[in-house]
Amino acid sequence: MTKRIAVLGGGTGGTLIANRLRRLLDRADADIVVIDADDEHIYQPGLLFVPFGLAKPGSLIRPRHRQLRPGVTFRRAAVDRVDVAQDQVRLADGTTVDYDVLVIATGARLVPEETEGLTGPGWMEKVFTFYTLDGAVALERAMSRFAGGRLIVAVMDMPVKCPVAPLEFCFLADSYFRERGIRDKVELTYVTPLDGAFTKPVCNRELSGLLKEKGVSVITEFNTGEVDGAGGRLVSYDGRETGFDMAVVVPLHSGQACVQRSPGLGDELGFVPTDPATLQSKAAPNVFAIGDATDVPTSKAGSVAHFEGEVLARNITRYLAGEPLAPAFDGHTNCFIESGSGRALLIDFNYDTEPVTGRFPARIGLPLLRQSRLNHLGKLAFSWLYWNVLLPGREIPAVRSQMPVAGKRLPRRGSPEPARSPR
Amino acid sequence: MPTVTYAGTEVTVNDEGFFADPAQWRPEMAPQIAAREGITELSERHWQVIKFMRHEYEAKGTGPTVRVLGKTSGVTVKELYQLFPKGPAKLAAKIAGIPKPRGCI
Repeated sequence: MTKRIAVLGGGTGGTLIANRLRRLLDRADADIVVIDADDEHIYQPGLLFVPFGLAKPGSLIRPRHRQLRPGVTFRRAAVDRVDVAQDQVRLADGTTVDYDVLVIATGARLVPEETEGLTGPGWMEKVFTFYTLDGAVALERAMSRFAGGRLIVAVMDMPVKCPVAPLEFCFLADSYFRERGIRDKVELTYVTPLDGAFTKPVCNRELSGLLKEKGVSVITEFNTGEVDGAGGRLVSYDGRETGFDMAVVVPLHSGQACVQRSPGLGDELGFVPTDPATLQSKAAPNVFAIGDATDVPTSKAGSVAHFEGEVLARNITRYLAGEPLAPAFDGHTNCFIESGSGRALLIDFNYDTEPVTGRFPARIGLPLLRQSRLNHLGKLAFSWLYWNVLLPGREIPAVRSQMPVAGKRLPRRGSPEPARSPR
Repeated sequence: MPTVTYAGTEVTVNDEGFFADPAQWRPEMAPQIAAREGITELSERHWQVIKFMRHEYEAKGTGPTVRVLGKTSGVTVKELYQLFPKGPAKLAAKIAGIPKPRGCI
């Protein structure tokens, strides 16, 4: 009998899992439908470049349905909620979609309204975010008019998509104002709720050094409780204040509202509790999750969705065949970090191994955790890979789902540097 | 790992003072741990958070972040910072004898 596979969300994770499943499963054996509220697929890594005039907003958007293989149905509809007990998706227009297997690929949602004052006076005038296309475009105009003063880049709280993006913004802003000849008039400050620029020691050391080198001051353990756009200040929950002439914030993130409306599906923040190794949701055996929508303890990033895709597609076919799932996902994450002036760093890590130096994917390869022109070119090439390899659900040559160890300078056993840490 | 004596019992803690074994914790230890962190008196509101931390740890194997605490513990983030200045999630976890909440990447 033909199985019905429903995928909620036509973003990175939803698109690539639908395409992978379509290749693995005979059309007679499975119908695959991808459901999304709109037909605009945004290349999110490109948003970072928009404020600096380095990417044209229109070039980042393509139709969602065009990224799907023949044999995958695209249904444009908003989801009201999932009824896990009934194996049924309820759409906002009142119709229902029954499924045998459901994949939640609804991503993360920005909730700027959850921070007091953030969307109040000054929002999109003095206080911006580049995490949306509209925000990135508005910020480009504001950046081009910015003649000097204090510019702060602030992360409200974790988790956020692409946690290195705000750091990259700092590096690119340094280059940008240098090129405009007004770097000496701009005070750049990075504000983070974490106790360092990055959570993992080796990477934190490297990125902190880079911030210092570029004259970006850092305020740590600053948990923003209020954004006062009119007064130009951030106030932390513990009563500290920091002023700004312009603020670039990464708003709080939640899971999608339809997940939050579905009884038993999401956690307190609306992310789907998911087995970190098999990617099966904890809500029901026939419900799986991929990408930013999950609660798995790794970065919310496109590379993660890609690496998850290989494991998840095979686990769904195993599930349909009545076979046990393979606990094969290791948390593999791979990010290019744009460091300004046409250079970039590369980090590669998983649940157990923090980002370290060395080369990727093996002894001959891109330098890890070190600025290079080659990595910058890699970051630019990634856009092509995204549309032509990741979304179609194909493998990147020489890069497997599991994190490679060859080429990495891993801390020796017994060294004070923790080689293993839970997150 | 270092050991500390709370309420007459020797317990193992890590370098930052978090319990290595949450099972060693007993409620009567909490005021002493709190005092070391500069909290001289544990109010009913403090206890609400401490009990919630224990409960969450037992259910999920990790303590909640401050944002989740603010949504689920019945105490707002603002008040959490008044009760446990600087870092409510970290401080409340330490006093509740559970490991440091895992930060996200």
